[in-house]
Amino acid sequence: MRDSDTKDLELTRTLAAPGEPFVWLTAMGLALGLIMVVGLLGVIVANGLPVFWPSKIVEVHLKPGVKNPLPNSGDTLTGELVQTREKRIPVLSATGDKIEDQTEIQIFVGNKDVNGSGFAFLNNTDIASLSEPRGIYRLERMEYGIAFAYPKSLQLADGTSVPANSPAFTQTLARLDAESAARRSEIEKIEKHDIGAINSRITQLRAKGKGSPESLKEIAALDADYQLLAAKARELRAIQAAAALIYTTPNGIERRLPVGELVAFNLPNTLDFTQKLGLFFHNIWNFLSLDPREANTEGGIFPAIFGTFVMTLLMSLAVVPFGVVAAIYLREYARQGLAVRAVRIAVNNLAGVPSIVFGVFGLGFFVYFVGASIDSTFFGEYLPTPTFGTGGILWAAATLALMTVPVVIVATEEALAAVPRGMREGSLSCGASKWQTIQRIILPASLPGILTGLILAMARGAGEVAPLMLVGVVKLAPSLPIDGAFPFVHLERKFMHLGFHIYDLGFQSPDSEAAKPMVFATTLLLILLVVVLNLAAILIREKLRKRYATGAF
Amino acid sequence: MPPVLSKPTEQPMETTVNTTTEGRPDFISIRDFSFFYGKKQALFDISLDIPERQVTAFIGPSGCGKSTLLRNLNRMNDLIDGIRHSGDIVVNGRSIYDPHIEVISLRKRVGMVFQKSNPFPKSIYENVVYPLRVSGQNKKSVLDETVERSLQGAALWDEVKDRLHESGLSLSGGQMQRLCIARAIANRPEILLMDEPCSALDPIATVKVEELIRELKQEFTIVIVTHNMQQATRCSDRTAFFYLGKLVEFDETPKIFSNPAQKQTEDYITGRFG
Ligand SMILES: Nc1ncnc2c1ncn2[C@@H]1O[C@H](COP(=O)(O)OP(=O)(O)O)[C@@H](O)[C@H]1O
Ligand SMILES: [Mg+2]
Repeated sequence: MRDSDTKDLELTRTLAAPGEPFVWLTAMGLALGLIMVVGLLGVIVANGLPVFWPSKIVEVHLKPGVKNPLPNSGDTLTGELVQTREKRIPVLSATGDKIEDQTEIQIFVGNKDVNGSGFAFLNNTDIASLSEPRGIYRLERMEYGIAFAYPKSLQLADGTSVPANSPAFTQTLARLDAESAARRSEIEKIEKHDIGAINSRITQLRAKGKGSPESLKEIAALDADYQLLAAKARELRAIQAAAALIYTTPNGIERRLPVGELVAFNLPNTLDFTQKLGLFFHNIWNFLSLDPREANTEGGIFPAIFGTFVMTLLMSLAVVPFGVVAAIYLREYARQGLAVRAVRIAVNNLAGVPSIVFGVFGLGFFVYFVGASIDSTFFGEYLPTPTFGTGGILWAAATLALMTVPVVIVATEEALAAVPRGMREGSLSCGASKWQTIQRIILPASLPGILTGLILAMARGAGEVAPLMLVGVVKLAPSLPIDGAFPFVHLERKFMHLGFHIYDLGFQSPDSEAAKPMVFATTLLLILLVVVLNLAAILIREKLRKRYATGAF
Repeated sequence: MPPVLSKPTEQPMETTVNTTTEGRPDFISIRDFSFFYGKKQALFDISLDIPERQVTAFIGPSGCGKSTLLRNLNRMNDLIDGIRHSGDIVVNGRSIYDPHIEVISLRKRVGMVFQKSNPFPKSIYENVVYPLRVSGQNKKSVLDETVERSLQGAALWDEVKDRLHESGLSLSGGQMQRLCIARAIANRPEILLMDEPCSALDPIATVKVEELIRELKQEFTIVIVTHNMQQATRCSDRTAFFYLGKLVEFDETPKIFSNPAQKQTEDYITGRFG
């Protein structure tokens, strides 16, 4: 009796089991997704972060008879090891046999002004030995990128010179470097800010003054100011060029580097761990805070970070009111029927339209129609130079807002529907009108849901590139969309964007090998920026959730 | 199909203020009222006079239409799609379906307490003054005075007077329901509708709310839906028994419970069904 009972039980259990494999299947799906995400992030971090870590400089000694890829360099070659990789096209030995070791080494040799290219490739088998010269300097320059150098002397402005082997040499070089950095920012202030302000005022006077005597007088006064400032800048530039560092490149060519051209210097092979760590963070900080140089392959990416940030904020400002108002109408006022359902489907499908199409629409509608109308009404004096009638940060934000509005509408509608019926009835029974109920009870209670929509919209908008290329993003923007010049917020300006920066560096750069590390670092930063923006929104949402929690009892 | 449009009453407007302690016996007058959710008829020809400043209880098995009738008294059912009615409801001599009366002004005269307490996610203070705020009253002195009076009226003042600016959701279940009562009486309505106000409360909280109901009838005309027969005997003056959408019997509460005229009523109160 007992026995057959347990048997029955077992039988039912095995019969119920067919669902079991699906548990594994779903778990595998999740695991696969996680692996891909973690893998992607891992690749980006692993390639992006080492860019900032100071690497050693090696001197490569080639085997006799091997052709040196660098001109006039004998059998040595100096630079930073970048990577070792399998050759793309296998080489054969002189006798026609296949060689075992098919690896090649990529070396960053710098000194582009002397070597022509920044990188060299060597067959692993061609290398006799490696050494690490201690006295070699790594110079970061305003132009031509990095130089690896053996300094000879410092020529000071007063004609004296400090030889490299004197004890005061490093100290003097550091002092000159700091002074030149200070002068550089002063020159920049004069040329970009002061002269920029005068120029824009003159343009304004020329356009609006229409040659009236007062305007001509003011233009003359401004012109005098301009001459003064320009003279000051010239003077500073002359000082920048007066003192110079004399050095020889590893292949023995003597060069003169004005201190004004020197950004930073160090001795990579003498650094200890703490110094390297310090330099690592210093490099990261520079990357975050400086303007780009050398076709964006050197320097920092601050304008791109700032542009992305401001554009995303503007987009949020535009998308939230628009989406929320539309959702309120759809959910609260419109009569639920076929028409509303059709609109809802259309809105959802809008989210599937390729983003480039939104770019084209933004260009046609915002730039050429709205922008041109604004220009002809308010900025007629400047025409034919467009003000709003060309791509700019405002139109980029508006285009992305249009692209992400379905997300906000859907999320808001769901949030509105989730407000308990009791809340609405409670409010209405107090004699509140429908609008009062929406405004005072329903909207606050659905704010967390609305923020969820915003988070999704931001995540999508901040990473979008294609439509921006049509409506205002540029490779190098002369000025930021928000700065110290009146009226402080310049929505008509073109801007730089991290996503576009990645595209530009990776695929449009003249030296894509040099730009590769920057691509990873920029990608890492874009991801971090999206994470930070999202975290901010999530924190606000949690706060609101606590405040407007509607769980009774 | 029965006529669904309500006709404005021919009766003249009653403006006299009742000076007698008795109050008007037909303060709320429900006349041949039928109600439909779409095709489903929920109420059948109900006629009923609810006296002023007394407690009238609606009892009956669930689904018999008590809530439906109650929610018609402040036109809360207007929110539902596809409803219609015939007959009329007259409050203090004036039809609530009078096209010249706005629903909002009707609801301002009629407070409502729901089965599931529904305080807003706002402070206790803001919960109570909500009806005033939506009427455009923002004067601090008036609001302060209202908060104290209403919370005292709802027997909650002593428990919350030191934390008026904490969230209304931080209260216990019974306190929340009394907060909802305070909110319902804040704007001094004439009528207070309560739909099973104690069904989600523990016995102690229930006793408090019942005491409160007996006190509030000095000032308000109260209509209460209840499942609980003891509750009806304890706090109501008159009781209406509904069954399957029809009014079976309506009389003085003691009479209904001691000597019902109808067999169905007797079966129900003695627990033979329901
Ligand atoms: N919103 C609604 N839509 C359709 N039918 C409803 C709705 N509300 C209530 N009903 C129906 O009306 C009848 C009366 O309901 P109700 O007044 O809530 O009963 P009670 O409060 O007495 O339990 C029930 O049969 C119920 O199913
Ligand atoms: Mg009910």
